[in-house]
Amino acid sequence: MASSNTDPMVEVRNLSKRFGPILAVDDVSFTVGRGEVLGFLGPNGAGKSTTMKMITGFLAPSAGTAVVCGADIESDPIAAKRRIGYLPEGAPSYPDMTPLHFLEFVARVRGFSGREAREAIGNAIECTSLGSVLAQPIDTLSKGFKRRVGLAQALLHDPPVLILDEPTDGLDPNQKHDVRKLINLLAAEKSIIISTHLLEEVDAVCTRAVVIAAGRLVADGTPGELEQRSRHHNAVRIELASGMDQAEAALQALANVESVERVIDDEGIALMVFARGGRSIVAEVADLARDRRWEVAGLRVERGRLEDVFRQVTLAA
Amino acid sequence: MHNVAVIVRRELQGYFATPLAYVFIVIFLALAGSLAFFAGNFFERGQADLQPFFNFHPWLYLVLIPALAMRLWAEERKSGTIELLLTLPISMTEAVVGKFLASWIFAGIALALTFPFWLTVIYLGNPDNGVILASYIGSFLMAGAFLAVGACLSALTKNQVIAFVVTAAICFLFTVSGSQIVLGVLRGWAPQLVLDTVASLSFLTHFNAIVRGVIDLRDALFFLSTIALFLYANAVVVDLKKAD
Repeated sequence: MASSNTDPMVEVRNLSKRFGPILAVDDVSFTVGRGEVLGFLGPNGAGKSTTMKMITGFLAPSAGTAVVCGADIESDPIAAKRRIGYLPEGAPSYPDMTPLHFLEFVARVRGFSGREAREAIGNAIECTSLGSVLAQPIDTLSKGFKRRVGLAQALLHDPPVLILDEPTDGLDPNQKHDVRKLINLLAAEKSIIISTHLLEEVDAVCTRAVVIAAGRLVADGTPGELEQRSRHHNAVRIELASGMDQAEAALQALANVESVERVIDDEGIALMVFARGGRSIVAEVADLARDRRWEVAGLRVERGRLEDVFRQVTLAA
Repeated sequence: MHNVAVIVRRELQGYFATPLAYVFIVIFLALAGSLAFFAGNFFERGQADLQPFFNFHPWLYLVLIPALAMRLWAEERKSGTIELLLTLPISMTEAVVGKFLASWIFAGIALALTFPFWLTVIYLGNPDNGVILASYIGSFLMAGAFLAVGACLSALTKNQVIAFVVTAAICFLFTVSGSQIVLGVLRGWAPQLVLDTVASLSFLTHFNAIVRGVIDLRDALFFLSTIALFLYANAVVVDLKKAD
């Protein structure tokens, strides 16, 4: 997207990471602008977490660097780390501490004291609804609360850049919804990178997605752009009360139709008409249905499926 | 400096958040006392000094200090909080020094709580308070050296038990390296220079020199440079192993 290049807050430049003989991250570059929520997708072990660990300064890159709000993580790590809020994978926090003591510690490290510290901690607690568990050791909290403690810690200093490694992993649907709502709320003023392997999350919160497979960047675009690369893009799902066999043959004969498949999904049995080269075929299909007087029970144009694209680009790599 | 203080505070909070701190202090005091009284003939000697008390400190530390040091980095690595700690805006030096200082302060608290012994000998007789003070300082410095070794080795593993055992073993070598048992093994084939070097690394020799009341700056410097060396190694090890 054009906006990402005009105001880049995170610039990842040719990052590579080698662990012995294994090239875990291979020359990955991208930028994230203000107001963007970048979904970082990829199969397990593709290098998502390793890339995030390099951007946040935990791991030193084997080559390349990342620049966060003008501060290079290699040459000026402290300045870069000040501008980042980071939720590491699994949301680690000190099990013996209470959320309040833990947040107080983070606030002090972040340079807050006195009233400022209390305000920052109060805001973080409010954003993540931690009020009810402040005095319990983190050890005794549920997974959802532990994750929220991690989020509170990342949000505490109101950072311009948020990097969240699987922020909704292990949460129940309500908690997932809350976290996504929070991300959407924060999105306008910040640059957010979230890694996930849940594709629904990309639709729910991301303005852009990059896909990484075997350490390489294999796709970069808005969710809409990525969906266009799916074979389901502009496909027509048509549900008929009768005469499926004749209809299948007739649809197959249309010029812009690539193939027709009979699909059984949770909505019932239907024909999925795939478009040749992603062209729009809904008018042709509808005309045909009217001419032949089919008993159409349902007709829908598919946008495209991220799952398709995900499988397509990650299996090829 | 501010960041070091923040780390120290969190670490100390960590010690006192669990029973570890209290168990450690109680056992330290009980062992220090009973060793001095029963094994050291504190009363029977009929002398108003704390020699029998301090003589056992190296051996006491050998068992107890690794228990204090083992969690410093191993726990952070196991729970993944090391990633959190090292992505906060603090330097590696601040993290290493802060953690070490917290454990050293804690050991200092335990040591300071042995003050009734000092009061006892003051009550019973007329001790050389200068020697006792020097012995306390020497004991504290030696505890720091044990802790620095332990902190460094704790960064090598995620397993606290391994950290404990390896630290105890290495500290044992440092403690006895000046004894005839060790030197006897080397004598005869190793050059004198090696013999002298090994002997000079002994915690026991340097500590005993201080406890006898011979306060030599070189003994203090030995412990301080041992601390510095192992903390440097600690930072290197954390950097190398943090990703595992």
